Amino acid sequence: MMMILETLWDLLIGPFAEFAFLRRALVATLALAVSAAPLGVFLTLRRMSLLGDAISHAVLPGVAVGFMLSGLSLGAMAAGGVVSGMLAAALAGFISRFTTLKEDASLAAIYLMALALGVTLLSSHGTQLDLLHILFGSALGVDAQGLLLVAGVASASLITLAAFYRALVLETFDPVFLAASGARRWQRRGWLWQQLFLMLVVINLVAGFQTLGTLMAVGLMMLPAVSARLWHESLSAQLLNASAQAALAGVAGLLLSYHLDTPSGPTIIGCAGLLYGVSLLVSPGGWLPQVLKRPHRVG
Amino acid sequence: MKRRTTLTCFALSALAASSLLPSLATATEPLPVVASFSILADLVQVVGGDRVKVSTLVGPDADAHAFEPKPADAKAILGAKLFVINGLAFEPWAQKLAKSANYQGQTLLASQGIQPRHMPPEPGHTHGHAETDPHGWQDPRNVILYVKNIAKSLSSLDPEGASSYQKNSETYIQELNALDQFAKDQLAAIPQPKRQVITSHDAFGYFAARYQIRFLAPQGINADTEPSAKEVAQLIRQIQRDKIRAVFVENMSNPKLLAQITKDTGVTLGPKLYVDALSSPSEPGATYLKMMRHNVTQLVAGMKLN
Repeated sequence: MMMILETLWDLLIGPFAEFAFLRRALVATLALAVSAAPLGVFLTLRRMSLLGDAISHAVLPGVAVGFMLSGLSLGAMAAGGVVSGMLAAALAGFISRFTTLKEDASLAAIYLMALALGVTLLSSHGTQLDLLHILFGSALGVDAQGLLLVAGVASASLITLAAFYRALVLETFDPVFLAASGARRWQRRGWLWQQLFLMLVVINLVAGFQTLGTLMAVGLMMLPAVSARLWHESLSAQLLNASAQAALAGVAGLLLSYHLDTPSGPTIIGCAGLLYGVSLLVSPGGWLPQVLKRPHRVG
Repeated sequence: MKRRTTLTCFALSALAASSLLPSLATATEPLPVVASFSILADLVQVVGGDRVKVSTLVGPDADAHAFEPKPADAKAILGAKLFVINGLAFEPWAQKLAKSANYQGQTLLASQGIQPRHMPPEPGHTHGHAETDPHGWQDPRNVILYVKNIAKSLSSLDPEGASSYQKNSETYIQELNALDQFAKDQLAAIPQPKRQVITSHDAFGYFAARYQIRFLAPQGINADTEPSAKEVAQLIRQIQRDKIRAVFVENMSNPKLLAQITKDTGVTLGPKLYVDALSSPSEPGATYLKMMRHNVTQLVAGMKLN
């Protein structure tokens, strides 16, 4: 019995107990899991599952400007990223309100322009540093400042989400009802909630890039969200499930990266992908229950 | 492939020589030379002196591995009579650029004739094909060959300046020998078991071989790849076990991960080393000789703490 406990300790707890860098990676991943995954659920509900990817490109010009103005400063690059991500999202929303273009189409156009602008800015600055590596960190290199950024963003975004939950849900499911409801005039404006929500997405992604890398940030936001939708009917259960899956993927990914010697970011996303695969098979909305539920043909 | 390149070089240089010599004989303006990166530019400038006008494609503090040529670079090459590159696959884009710009002048592989080293196969990775280590200039004796190659090329393009190139390169070779001696003297104070250094990029192969230093630059700690938690953990254990205090980053990489590792192990991160590129003029690695002396001094200071 002692043996088993000891082995379990070595496998699951030991690495975190021994190494501070793993503990920091764990905290950052968990914080991001708790705040980003619920936003992912809202994104899938709004049929904007690919928005995360688009935004992750749209932050580049802002990050580049931040880098040009104050060098490798986390604060400046994060602030620049938030501003340009917000601008891109707001501009896309604006275009879709006042033209016949749908939001996804205008966002596609905006993010491509932003990406081009970002690359041009970086190369005109003359440096040939491989900025992608500098701009986008690794979970294992998270420092105290990065940790503070992720934790701050996670707290702010959770509190905001909690405070405006009802309005956001209403706006997501039934914008017409929201507009006609008895709420105060400013509260009935759907675009207000939409912009607020997009702002949350942007700050989560930026915090994620700086500390965990692009792949990780978008992956941790979307994969658990998509598979959580297979498990539950109710939104609140989906939100909790998404956070739990993201956290589980984070812990498992870091442990596997330690034991199997694989890069940490992709391993975490791989674990989230595995959970998605399992969900596809056995969850209530997945393949197996659907097959079993199929009514027998009456001969 | 390589043979064809060499043949093309010969053919091109013959062509260039036949068509350019008459015009050069009367020209008094400096010979336009393009160097692929800052260290070569420094060497060409030293050898060529006033008789050459050197421009650099990849400037100070910039990474020649990740360089993407712009149209202006093609234009710079087109205006040159000599294109100096390191070779050994350090600038894979260089030949392509010269070809697409339809460059007709001479191309010099400055590393010609040095004994190439192979990158150590990465531990834990099974695809163990050894790559050639391109960072030949990290051994001053190699740079003597670089300088001779450059002097020879310049002399063939500008025979009138041959004696000047000869004189410049001889003076510089003396300085290179002095540098080599300086490094040996400095390192003599460090006993063999203490000669261990951790860096962010394994570019010190030639330097390490010349001065018997063990450089630990674990895969994944350099900027190119995502690290695994195991590698970082092993590095931390090694730092603690061997009591390594000499931890350095180079001028072009992201120091974040290494900075965190040093923090966790209670080591102070040493000052920047200059490896693949010179520093800007205001910093201590503005010429090849300064860069090497800076690196040696800092490394020795670091290893003394081991």
